[in-house]
Amino acid sequence: MSPQLKNQLYELSVRLGDDALILGQRLCEWCGHAPSTEIDLTLSNLGLDLIGQARHFLTYAGELEGKGRDEDGLAFERDALDFKNCLLVEQPNGDFAQTIARHFLFSTWQLLFLEQLAQTNDETLRAIARKSIKEISYHASISAQWVIRLGDGTPESHDRMMNGLDWMWRFVDELFLVQEGIEDVCENIGLDLSSIENEWRNKVAATLKEATLDLPADRKGIFGGRVGHHSEHLGPLLSEMQSLPRTYNDANW
Amino acid sequence: MYTTELKSGSDGGKKRSKVEIVEDPAKLAAFEARVAADEFIEAKDWMPEAYRKTLVRQISQHAHSEIVGMLPEGNWLRRAPSLKRKAILLAKIQDEAGHGLYLYSAAETLGTPRDEMIEALHSGKAKYSTIFNYPTLTWADIGAIGWLVDGAAIMNQVPLQRTSYGPYARAMVRVCKEESFHQRQGYEIMTVMANGTDAQKRMAQDALNRWWWPSLMMFGPPDDSSPNTERSMRWRIKRDTNDELRQLFVDVTVPQAEYLNLSIPDADLKFNKEKDGYDFGEIDWDEFYAVVRGEGPVAKERIKARTDAWEEGAWVREAAMVHAQKQSKKDAA
Repeated sequence: MSPQLKNQLYELSVRLGDDALILGQRLCEWCGHAPSTEIDLTLSNLGLDLIGQARHFLTYAGELEGKGRDEDGLAFERDALDFKNCLLVEQPNGDFAQTIARHFLFSTWQLLFLEQLAQTNDETLRAIARKSIKEISYHASISAQWVIRLGDGTPESHDRMMNGLDWMWRFVDELFLVQEGIEDVCENIGLDLSSIENEWRNKVAATLKEATLDLPADRKGIFGGRVGHHSEHLGPLLSEMQSLPRTYNDANW
Repeated sequence: MYTTELKSGSDGGKKRSKVEIVEDPAKLAAFEARVAADEFIEAKDWMPEAYRKTLVRQISQHAHSEIVGMLPEGNWLRRAPSLKRKAILLAKIQDEAGHGLYLYSAAETLGTPRDEMIEALHSGKAKYSTIFNYPTLTWADIGAIGWLVDGAAIMNQVPLQRTSYGPYARAMVRVCKEESFHQRQGYEIMTVMANGTDAQKRMAQDALNRWWWPSLMMFGPPDDSSPNTERSMRWRIKRDTNDELRQLFVDVTVPQAEYLNLSIPDADLKFNKEKDGYDFGEIDWDEFYAVVRGEGPVAKERIKARTDAWEEGAWVREAAMVHAQKQSKKDAA
């Protein structure tokens, strides 16, 4: 693989690792504060899966980068400009409906994406994808169930679910540009993303229908995560997450 | 994590009378004989009202302790210093939530609904382990909690696997397995820190200084001020006295601290050859009782966090219920 392609493969792994890491970190905020102990357990399950996936993707990214950085080096020593997650996953938790809106929109996309990644010719990414598919199928299904429960629950939960989707909707277009700027490597490993946007729109529309929710109106998409230009929400998240390793940079933990 | 039985001045249940119920002597004698023969009492078996009341109080306190105990550790989840540590800590807190659920279920078999127990926690009627009213100030506290707090919990819980109430004993079997993992993980964090940089060593020693005495208090008041101990032991709700377990904990933990080159913050701590155990200093019981009364350093924060989560989540629980009702109507139609 040429250095340029290898660099793009690093970039792809970082984008996927950062998506999982940042969303996992957001879910950690719920720990001990969820609407019920059962929901607390569900959200920690989702968070644990994502942190696990982040570790795999970032470890691989570190190997591709070849600068001796491991998963922690990448998670804790990069600045916000070097984080490549999509803007959707860094959005604040808000209320439970907003968290569910984010998770539903993201994991529905993530599942379709991983199914394609599992068919590429990059052995490591394929292996991570295959393992993650099992987990993310559950994420997509549990979050869709909650969208339906809240959408078709009480008038209050319906409104809150609608507001949650409304907050997140401007960030969905970015999901479908995950390959932007790294098209060569995507082609090289055989990653075919041509059908996932349609499938995603169909799945989302079907769930919202069952939830008695209107599809949010089209709007101008907001982009920037994949090139390191984030929302205002990422900085504080990173400051907190990275505080120990950055303060004590000679320490092992 | 375990809480020893803490008297709260109220039984936490609304329906029960404060007047001591006079039990049928024949039934009581048969019950006492079964318990003395180490038989398990099951939910549908006859039991004296005081036994039921004590168990609901103890099991629900234990459940509350698991749930409130998620908070001090959750405080460091977002700042865990490596992704591996973050995953381990999240899994540990998740175990605690799971313990809380089994224990609430075990308590529910005695006829008190979970919502009623949770209400008693939020109103301050029900207690939870005093230990969770102390703040977690550095990452070493996460190590100290695993090592000392879970270590003390194990000392308390291992005998409870043979407690006389079947559902409680069975819940304890699973809880104990997971707690011993937690204890080892905590000690491992401490080992790394105690052998780390000067800053890490300082945090490790400071965590031991702050958590040592509150950990000893976890075993509850001294035996001579623990009026229920005798009856609870006879009923096999307890299997060892508070002081016996506390002594065991000290004897096991002091060599572990020595191995880490950390010093126990007790000038009176000394090995006593005659009793083959450590003598240790006087516990500040005024502090203990103040914390039991709800005057611990972060007691307000802990209860506020729990009540906020409960109140802010009310609409979610309601929506889930309404949706389930709609579904069952649809299914019936």
